[in-house]
Amino acid sequence: MQWEIIIGLEVHTQLSTNSKIFSGASTTYGAEPNTQADAVSIALPGVLPVLNKGAVERAIKFGLAIGANIASRSVFARKNYFYPDLPKGYQISQFDLPVVGQGELTIQVEPLSGNGKPYEKVVRVTRAHLEEDAGKSLHEDFRGMTGIDLNRAGTPLLEIVSEPDMRSAAEAVAYAKTLHSLVRWIGICDGNMQEGSFRCDVNVSVRRPGAPLGTRREIKNLNSFKFMQQAIDYEVQWQIDTLENGGKIQQATVLFDPEKGTTHAMRSKEEAHDYRYFPDPDLLPLDITPSMLAQARDTLPELPQAKRERYVTELGLTPYDASILTSSREMAEFFEAALAEAPDQRKICANWLIGDVSAQLNRDGLDIAQCPITPKQLGGMLKRISDGTISNAGAKEVFRVMWSESGEADAIIDAKGLRQVSDTGAIEKIVDEIIANNPTQVADYRGGKDKLFGFFVGLAMKASKGKANPAQLNEVLKRKLDNNK
Amino acid sequence: MLNSSLTQMGAALHAKRISSIELTQLYLNRITELNPALNAYITTNAEFSLAQARRADQLLANGKAQSLTGIPIAQKDIFCAKSWRTTCGSKMLENFIAPYDAHVIEQFNNAGAVNLGKTNMDEFAMGSSNETSFFGPVKNPWDNHAVPGGSSGGSACAVAARLCAAATGTDTGGSIRQPAALCGISGIKPTYGTVSRYGMIAFASSLDQAGPMARNAEDLALMLNVMTGFDERDSTSLQRDKEDYARDLNKPLAGLRIGLPKEFFAEGLAQDVAGCVNLAITEYQKLGASIVDITLPNSRLAVPVYYVLAPAEASSNLSRYDGVRYGYRAPEYSDLTEMYERSRAQGFGAEVKRRIMIGTYVLSHGYYDAYYLQAQKIRRLIAQDFTEAFQNCDVIMGPTSPSTAFNLGEKGDDPVQMYLSDIYTIAVNLAGLPGMSIPCGFGSNGLPIGLQIIGNYFDEARMLNAAHQYQLVTDNHQRAPNNIGL
Repeated sequence: MQWEIIIGLEVHTQLSTNSKIFSGASTTYGAEPNTQADAVSIALPGVLPVLNKGAVERAIKFGLAIGANIASRSVFARKNYFYPDLPKGYQISQFDLPVVGQGELTIQVEPLSGNGKPYEKVVRVTRAHLEEDAGKSLHEDFRGMTGIDLNRAGTPLLEIVSEPDMRSAAEAVAYAKTLHSLVRWIGICDGNMQEGSFRCDVNVSVRRPGAPLGTRREIKNLNSFKFMQQAIDYEVQWQIDTLENGGKIQQATVLFDPEKGTTHAMRSKEEAHDYRYFPDPDLLPLDITPSMLAQARDTLPELPQAKRERYVTELGLTPYDASILTSSREMAEFFEAALAEAPDQRKICANWLIGDVSAQLNRDGLDIAQCPITPKQLGGMLKRISDGTISNAGAKEVFRVMWSESGEADAIIDAKGLRQVSDTGAIEKIVDEIIANNPTQVADYRGGKDKLFGFFVGLAMKASKGKANPAQLNEVLKRKLDNNK
Repeated sequence: MLNSSLTQMGAALHAKRISSIELTQLYLNRITELNPALNAYITTNAEFSLAQARRADQLLANGKAQSLTGIPIAQKDIFCAKSWRTTCGSKMLENFIAPYDAHVIEQFNNAGAVNLGKTNMDEFAMGSSNETSFFGPVKNPWDNHAVPGGSSGGSACAVAARLCAAATGTDTGGSIRQPAALCGISGIKPTYGTVSRYGMIAFASSLDQAGPMARNAEDLALMLNVMTGFDERDSTSLQRDKEDYARDLNKPLAGLRIGLPKEFFAEGLAQDVAGCVNLAITEYQKLGASIVDITLPNSRLAVPVYYVLAPAEASSNLSRYDGVRYGYRAPEYSDLTEMYERSRAQGFGAEVKRRIMIGTYVLSHGYYDAYYLQAQKIRRLIAQDFTEAFQNCDVIMGPTSPSTAFNLGEKGDDPVQMYLSDIYTIAVNLAGLPGMSIPCGFGSNGLPIGLQIIGNYFDEARMLNAAHQYQLVTDNHQRAPNNIGL
């Protein structure tokens, strides 16, 4: 019998403010322990939180980007629990009234296995709320004691909670990737997963189709898409095996061990905390005015979804190409800047970016923001493809030189003598010679062996040292060969 | 000099009849002499105080003095003061030296005042008798067997015993007004949000408010002028224009409408207290005020509501005292949980633990709606009662506390009896209104009685006016305890 997989995500995105959410301490990553822990961060007696407006602006931007309702009034609440790296003994978060209400995110899912086709899906976002991060407990190097680093304590987070709308690891990963791209796109989070700027908790359960939701287990703190997929795959199989062997799933929080590729329970429901949430009396309710909304809206860039649709309808690109070109804001900006140089080369521009540029970036382990070729350089080359100055083969050479040595397309074309022959007289002369030198093949072709056309193209190209304009060459060859058919 | 008002002291300093150093030394000597018996101060630091006095004398010499420059002020030990031990009356913070100044401390420093020392208080301001202090109870200077009230008992005692020119206090449910009443001095808790809470160790954040304690209303006005003002470090600090609280002191009271809530004169009020309060009301009528009978029907719920909300906030506010980063840590423990449990069990006193447990309970899953939310609703009704009352009167008057000072140990076994000591003051905090207490006579045992004056939001100047006019025609505020070496 089939099992249906049910997945929901809680994603902690670290907001890209310079200072903490409730104090002026720096949020820069990687400083010496506790050098960015001010009086508020270490919760000295008598200190009070003051809300960072930058964090609020970023939360609003996110809400607008997913078409969510932004609460005109939201409330900060205290989540009470004891832990050494939680200096106040409570975390300031939002509970009943989060700043961002229900919204949705459209994802492009590429099935991870099998021959499934890519498809689009809408995932509902339940809510997103502002909260502060805790510090870090360091268990090594302290001779049996635990070190506490409070640099991270108070770093602003936006916790984004989805509905349990995902039905496979592929969908979960696609959602996480889309979200990751979106928060970077709108400039609210640097997305650095190694540094913990984007951390995912994945709730997984399985059920028989049509049955009520099964008991879920929450996989905590996944900081790579690869681990997410592995963790879900393992967890799903574990749950199915457990159920099929007559066992029961206990609600629990689990951790993924990347080395073993397994999940293991951290604490069960029975040990779950009573967090005793209540409104934080040190902070006033957060009122978001229409002018704050308008300001956020004005600074919001065109969103990936809108861009994707526009690439299809206005530029005539395929949905697949459009979605790749909008996978990050840097990619889309690169594409648009390159296209500005050769506005009629939409498809070719897209092909180059998705093809050669991406492949080369991949090989060199770079991302588009670190591309050694500027959009202007690529556009300059496209322009020369467009006006017939260079052939495709010539373009590949130009691209290679640009990548490894730099330079503008025109200069490379001249230096390398890549200008293709578009002189009809010269091409006709070559074609005439080939027809004269290969009477047998000409006779065969004219006798109906159409496949031989490629043979003549090859000879002609070789004779022109690859510089003949392929379109012209084709045209001349066809005319002369077919003349006496 | 010890009986002078702050204005007179300021004039003497300006006229060089006395230097700040001399004045400070005078008080330090009195503290050395009298504090062992009264226990009003937890910490003094003569070197620090005299250094401030020296700077004040320079300001005075350079003509840069303000109204409180050079005047020795006692600070409740709830305000963090840089390089001073700040204990909040608790073993938990017995050795905590604050690395920064509270807003209130900054304001006094900027005014050139002298920090004379940190006064004793109930542990984390939880108490009405000063008996919960880890540093031992404060004695009432009028009778050393009686309590001074709390939680600002050390400040009240210090002011009454002339161990400082004036003092600061904080008031969460009556902690300025009740000890002021019991020690025969004047004290005012301004409108919530008027004095920044930055650096003031939190008890119940939505109720805590600092205010001055002094020998008369005029002094309170000068103190308030220094203490108040917007502070961006406290999100609940109100953005308002700076005002001069002394501006209306000398206005005549003709036409003033005084509301008398019938609930404040009902069962539970000691006869001698009722008598003195009524006499004071009569005095006000002579001054041209009229009396309006009002009702505050929900005020009877103030004590139970307060003992849900204040402990709820406190249980969370005091979570930071966990032995991890500063403060008391138990000497022996085998794991993290035991470190928490022992540090908090040994570092907090019984009353603090009681309130942490109450607060934890009322916020717990399954009880939150029945206690915390319900209490918040009643809190709004209590505030609404006052809003309606102020449609018909300008100030509300009544007793500050139901009796004169009780004896040390008298209510130790019965927390509810102790809590009822604040029955008339608590509603004011729940509503966020300003309230004050001024001396209005003496009980059958010779101990002071306080008259409570409650004003509408931001009406402190009118309250101080009413208090000052009364003090111009009476001398209750000028009486001093015996045996304080005057």
